[in-house]
Amino acid sequence: MKPQPIALKVLNVVSVLLFLAALSMVFLYAPLEATMNYVQKIFYFHIANAWVGMLGFIAAAVAGVVYLVRHDQKWDIVELAAVEISLVFFLIAILAGSIWARPTWGAYWTWEPRLTTAAILEMVYIAYLLLRQGIDDPDRRARFSAVYTLVGAISVPITFLSIRLFRTIHPVVIGTNSAASQGGFDMTSKMLATMFFALFTFSIIFANLFWHRIRLGQLAQQVEQLKLEEIQ
Amino acid sequence: MDRPQTTKPRPSPVARRPSSGFLNAIGAIVWKDLAAELRSRELLSAMLVFALLVILIFNFALELDPLTRRVATPGILWATFAFAGTLGLNRSMAVEKDRGCLDGLLLAPVDRSAIYFGKTISNLAFMLIVEVVVLPVYSVLYNTNLFNPGLIVVILLGSVGYVAVGTLLSSLAVQTRTRDVLLPILLFPVVIPILIAAVKASSGFLQGLALTEVMPYINLLIVYDVIFTAVAYMVFDYVVEE
Repeated sequence: MKPQPIALKVLNVVSVLLFLAALSMVFLYAPLEATMNYVQKIFYFHIANAWVGMLGFIAAAVAGVVYLVRHDQKWDIVELAAVEISLVFFLIAILAGSIWARPTWGAYWTWEPRLTTAAILEMVYIAYLLLRQGIDDPDRRARFSAVYTLVGAISVPITFLSIRLFRTIHPVVIGTNSAASQGGFDMTSKMLATMFFALFTFSIIFANLFWHRIRLGQLAQQVEQLKLEEIQ
Repeated sequence: MDRPQTTKPRPSPVARRPSSGFLNAIGAIVWKDLAAELRSRELLSAMLVFALLVILIFNFALELDPLTRRVATPGILWATFAFAGTLGLNRSMAVEKDRGCLDGLLLAPVDRSAIYFGKTISNLAFMLIVEVVVLPVYSVLYNTNLFNPGLIVVILLGSVGYVAVGTLLSSLAVQTRTRDVLLPILLFPVVIPILIAAVKASSGFLQGLALTEVMPYINLLIVYDVIFTAVAYMVFDYVVEE
């Protein structure tokens, strides 16, 4: 494997430092929320992870389209890296959301539009990985993955809108029906600052992991080419 | 010794002009599938039996007293169609691949998308045939009147969208190692808007809701059908190229 470039080493350190800074901001700088107290603090990382996960998905779709147009294998590596990493970020977001939901809404999960769409998005990611697993030929794998990313990326917004349509016309009773059942709260400027900092931190962490994953993908591609040459 | 003429002398094939028009190609593929199915009936019988078995299972899975029945009927119908549809899509493409038909089609001097449209239309035909059988059977078994023109329209629109995406994804899945298992995994997350809209619209028509309340779902179905047929059409080349 090629040695890590200086920029990557710097990014590693910066990511860790930013994460520690974000953590301390969440616990020390951001004020306690009135009704939810400490439970609300998971919110900052939940939003950051969800946002970054969505972004990764869009990046994967774009990489897929570029691959179909250019047929350059490196875009396939980028696409796989984006999907794999976003899968984990989004899973963390879902888990964090569930932890937050239990005391707030009374249930770990509800079938409201955003959560349902999140679950479907995760399923699309997992289906993507299963698709890749089933194909040995690198070119075919790259083509099929790109096609599926495109189909998935187009379907997810439509799914979100359709679920929203589904749930607004026939409202579903969620666990607790108190005024705070939405879990909404007004954010003071300190909270906003913390949230944006967390968003920024996780974007940097995403970029860092993305770069590492691409390097890993390049190495895997070399290994696979060696294997194919051996077989031939 | 002169052999007696038992057949009319056929004109040489070279003399005939090949009909390689786009619509002709689509028609040829649809005709091939329907003719093959008419002779063997393996696909339709499998889909039909499966659909009826699924309805049977639902009878035990859900306590379908008359009230629950009214609420659950659209869901049961669409779950049945989705599962039977997967079966049909799988078999339809697998047969194509196994017998080398796909390679033959790819060699033909027509636009690749003609293959896509041909397969989609024949898959749609099979799915519609299954639905046409399931509806009366369900009506009889559960004493529910399903002969509702609105419901027919929803089933048509939903099937078109399902088959449009399904044909594309089954072309993907059939070329992988995990084949049959992979199609539902790929298809179901993507096809959820259809299921949502179709179930809600079916429910609306069966319960006699006003058209204005059902229209958003019909619109969603139409939008989905148009978008995904367009996407599949554009992308199909990449799926079947060698």
